[in-house]
Amino acid sequence: MAQLTMREALNQALKEEMTRDPNVFILGEEVGAYQGAYKITQGLLAQFGEWRVRDTPIAEEAMMMTFNFSLLALDMIVNHAAKYRYMSGGQIRCPMVMRGPSGAATQVAAQHSQGFESWYAHIPGLVVVMPSTPKDAKGLLKSAIRDDNPVIFMENEILYNLKGEVPEEEFHIPLGLGDIKRAGKDVTLVAWSRSVITSLAAAKTLADEGVEAEVVDPRTLRPLDEDIIFESVRKTGRCVVVEEGWRYAGFGSEIADRVQRECFDSLDAPVLRVTAADVPMPYAKTLEKAYLPQPERIVEAAHQVLYRS
Amino acid sequence: MTVSKVVLAKLSPTMEEGTIVKWTKKEGDAVKQGDVLAEIETDKANMEMEALGSGVLRKILVPAGGKAPIGALIGVIAESNEDIEPLIAKEGAKAGSAPKPAAAAPAAGASSPAPEPAKAAAEATAKAAPADQPASVASAAQTPPVPAAPRSVATPPAAPASASAGTGGDGGRVKASPLARSMAAHQNIDLSSVAGSGPGGRIIKRDIESWAGPRPGADAPARSAGAPASRPSAAPASRPAPPAPSITPGQELPLSNMRKTIAKRLSESMFTSPHYYVTVEIDMDAAVDLRDQIQRLEEGKVSFNDLVVKACARALTRFPLVNASWGGDKIVTHAEVNVGIAVAIPDGLITPVVRNADRKSILDIAHEVRDLATRARDKKLKPEEFTGSTFTISNLGMFDVEEFTAIINPPDSAILAVGAVRKVPVVDGETIRPGHRMKVTMSSDHRVIDGALSAQFLAEVRRLLEAPVGLLLG
Repeated sequence: MAQLTMREALNQALKEEMTRDPNVFILGEEVGAYQGAYKITQGLLAQFGEWRVRDTPIAEEAMMMTFNFSLLALDMIVNHAAKYRYMSGGQIRCPMVMRGPSGAATQVAAQHSQGFESWYAHIPGLVVVMPSTPKDAKGLLKSAIRDDNPVIFMENEILYNLKGEVPEEEFHIPLGLGDIKRAGKDVTLVAWSRSVITSLAAAKTLADEGVEAEVVDPRTLRPLDEDIIFESVRKTGRCVVVEEGWRYAGFGSEIADRVQRECFDSLDAPVLRVTAADVPMPYAKTLEKAYLPQPERIVEAAHQVLYRS
Repeated sequence: MTVSKVVLAKLSPTMEEGTIVKWTKKEGDAVKQGDVLAEIETDKANMEMEALGSGVLRKILVPAGGKAPIGALIGVIAESNEDIEPLIAKEGAKAGSAPKPAAAAPAAGASSPAPEPAKAAAEATAKAAPADQPASVASAAQTPPVPAAPRSVATPPAAPASASAGTGGDGGRVKASPLARSMAAHQNIDLSSVAGSGPGGRIIKRDIESWAGPRPGADAPARSAGAPASRPSAAPASRPAPPAPSITPGQELPLSNMRKTIAKRLSESMFTSPHYYVTVEIDMDAAVDLRDQIQRLEEGKVSFNDLVVKACARALTRFPLVNASWGGDKIVTHAEVNVGIAVAIPDGLITPVVRNADRKSILDIAHEVRDLATRARDKKLKPEEFTGSTFTISNLGMFDVEEFTAIINPPDSAILAVGAVRKVPVVDGETIRPGHRMKVTMSSDHRVIDGALSAQFLAEVRRLLEAPVGLLLG
């Protein structure tokens, strides 16, 4: 297996799918001549030409660089892309992937640090993908491109340089299939995207105390692999959901809801959530740290559901 | 909702009723959720009861000195302008905290001074004769009337009705995690007899796991004190002053809640589990040396009993069957080694528990035992501090008792009775020299532990105490 960054893995996925299917093309701000604002589309213009890799103007009703600015396009996404297939009785498909960074980076403050996965996951007709490793990113992007539904593919800027093993042979990861990122028997941590990395750090601390945390990564929020979560919670009896979005009506509450209903008799403690603070992201570094879920807060929540003080 | 009922909480696993020792808030005091409202004497200890709501303590229904069953309404917290009379009339009577009017049979556990609502109930009963449920009757006396007749009439007007009202099933709702609940249902454990160690007394998985008390059929909750034991602060009574009688002979003494529990629990243990006894003598020369050395350090005091606790804890990890409970149709071996220490207190005894004693250092154990014993004597132990033992130690060494036998503290399967460390002539080769010896006697439940196992376990305890430096390691 090759060691790749998530950036390279995503680039490979695009390249392979564009090679496989001449109908695949890319539209976006700075995707061509600039090689991508985050260099995900590096080399694609040279390889596939300007008809298939097209630079667009900054017109965020239609295009965006990060999901922070996708809100202008919400009407197109929610009222059109997500509904065509349904409203046309399946006659019109919308095989489109909207990909880009989402969530906080480093000190880019209130307007540039938002995670809108909960907004998109709310909409029937959309697929929402949030990979946490290079392998997942590649395998899931390939599936997203092949899928006939509009897919919201949310990457995390901090993870672009994250390295990991990626199979060299052709592979893809089905949408709607979760993954156990770390096996454990004492407490279930459900996390996606960058929160997986934070949760793995917390799990390491917990392991030093003799607590084996299981880190479950659903990878796609819609459709959601709830079975992998239920199976884990039934084993551990305890569940902490970690997300970088806001707590209020955040996606973690969807998971907490399903867990309390389906795993009620297995729960030894209430489902807890570790989330971003319920405020706009502050600019100050220390406040940014306090705003985002940190391993310590996850450890604390795990202690709470384990009744350890 | 601004009205919050103050209901007598189940503050100990075996508690059925409680005595209000004192109210720490007066009527009219502002109260915040979590404030200590009252001190309650349970069958085991004096416990603090906290307010579950905020507002003003509007009414105290059972004054200090009064008794009430679990779930009984003993007070009301509400905003100062809230009308609380209907609630008092309704719930106060249901609580059964007052003797019932003539129409009803004598209520169980209703010996408290009569609060006013009882009068209302009495009057109401007089008007609405055949009804037997004071609750409904009391509400009928209020406006708007609650149509209570069908339910009341359906129940025969006999003693059980009052009794069930008195013990108030719904008021003493058992809090348990769903997992604990399903585990208990699976194993046929009555949740009301399990002590909860989670927040607010919530019963959680570990409480069920460490529970191995009697299954249905034996109705006594099996957690409490063990054998005759003592831990006075006095030095060895080598020349004790003649004791002065502490009570006047020739009188009938009412039973305290604790005395009742001791009587019930230890009789049950002695008469259901087949006890037998194995005694060994332990060479304590090295332990005496070690203890002297530790005493010279500034870290603190360590008693022989602390060494015994540590040695037993370690030996228990090597003999899981001794760290076990009889479960009716199975034997339950415990994952944790929780050593109970019998502590004499003025009106009985209690067995605080050193949890995970196998994983604690001798100094930690020494410190914890002293703290638990002090608070035991002050009746300040929390339920989770005197429940959940898996093995118990009772020590009468401070009375210069050479050896004795103890009654097993259920749900444990064994108890170790520890005598004094005594200087005795020992045969050493062809000579006789003075040496330190200590006798310990283990009472074992033969359903779980056979004689040879007891002997092997005691041999390990002896081995550990005779080379006690090992106890300092790990």
